[in-house]
Amino acid sequence: MNTTIKTLAVAGAVAAALTAATTHSASAQAKEKCYGVSMAGKNDCAAGPGTTCAGTSKVDYQGNSWKLVDEGACTSMELPAMADGTARMGSLEPLDRDIPS
Amino acid sequence: MSVSQTDFRAALLDADRPAPTGLQDAAARPAGRRFDVYRNNVAVSLTEALHDGFPAVASLLGKTNMDGIAGMFLRAHPPASPLLMLYGEAFPDFLAGLEQLSHLGYLADVARLELALRQSYHAADAAPIPPERLGQTAPEALLAARLALAPALRLRRSPWPVFDIWRYATEPGAPQPQAAAQDVLITRPGYDPAPQPLPPGGAAWIAALQTGQSWGAAEDAARAEAAGFDLTPTLTLLLQGGAITDLMTEG
Repeated sequence: MNTTIKTLAVAGAVAAALTAATTHSASAQAKEKCYGVSMAGKNDCAAGPGTTCAGTSKVDYQGNSWKLVDEGACTSMELPAMADGTARMGSLEPLDRDIPS
Repeated sequence: MSVSQTDFRAALLDADRPAPTGLQDAAARPAGRRFDVYRNNVAVSLTEALHDGFPAVASLLGKTNMDGIAGMFLRAHPPASPLLMLYGEAFPDFLAGLEQLSHLGYLADVARLELALRQSYHAADAAPIPPERLGQTAPEALLAARLALAPALRLRRSPWPVFDIWRYATEPGAPQPQAAAQDVLITRPGYDPAPQPLPPGGAAWIAALQTGQSWGAAEDAARAEAAGFDLTPTLTLLLQGGAITDLMTEG
C-alpha cells in the first residue's frame, strides 16, 4: 500500500472513529464515585465479593463506602438528615461520618 | 510454642496431616481440632476467592467440579501474596495442564480472560488524551507517531470464541458461541473493565503499539494478518474505552 493511500486511510479512520466515539460518550452518562450515599450492603465495586468491597458496607450512608452515580449528581442528591439533625451530603472523597463501630 | 513455619504450612495445606505438635493456646492446651477449623477456613476462603475471580469458569464447570479443582489448585499454588484480590494468577495454566479437563480446550482461555478483567480492574488510573487530538494531528504525523496505552488495557488472543463463551457463561440470554477464533480487548472506561471482541487485524495493531512500534508499522502488522484491515472499529473501541493516554509525535 503506497503512502498516499495509507495517509488517506488513516485520515478516514480517525474521522470515523472520532465521530463514533464522541456520539457514544454523549449518550452514555459519565459516572463518578460518590461516598456516603449508599444503603448498607449496596455499595459498589466491580470485581465481586471476596476480591474487593462490593456489598460490604455495614450501615446506611456509610461515609467510607462509595457507589457509582451519574457525574455531577453526587453532592447534589438529597439524603435524610443525621440523627442529630445535621444535613447529610454525598462526597467525592471518603467521609468520617456513619462509620460502623 | 515451638512450631516451625514449614511444619505449620505443610499441615495447613494437607488435611491428612495432624495438627502440628507444639501448637497450643494460652493455657498450654494443644491446638487439636481448633487447627482443623482454621485449616478448613483457609481452604474455603481460597475456594470462594477462585469462584469469585473466575465466575465463568465456575459456571462452565459447575459448583462441584469447581470446588474440587479449586481444592487441588489452592494446595498446589497457595497465595504468593497477601492480596487475595490478585489470587489465581496461575489458575489458567493449571487448568490447561489438567488431563481430566482436556476435552474443554477453551477453558484455560476463558480463565485467562477473567484474570485479565480482574487485573484491568486493579490497574493504575491514567487520563486518556482528548480524542480531538487525533483529528488535529496531520495523518502523516499520526503514521509516524507512537501511542501510549492505559495500564488497564488488556489484550487476549485466542483460537476459541472466548468472548462468546465468557458472555454465554456469565450473561443470561446471551447468544450461543459460534465456532471462530476471537481476540478480546479489555478497556476500562470509568471504573469497570469492558471486554469487546476485536475485528480481524485489530489485535495485531494494538499488540504492535504495545511493543512501541509506530502507528504506521502497526498498520503494516495488522494488514499482514488481515488483508482488508479497517482501523475504524478498533480505534473507536480504544477511544471509547479511554485507552489512549498519550500521542508521541516526532520532533
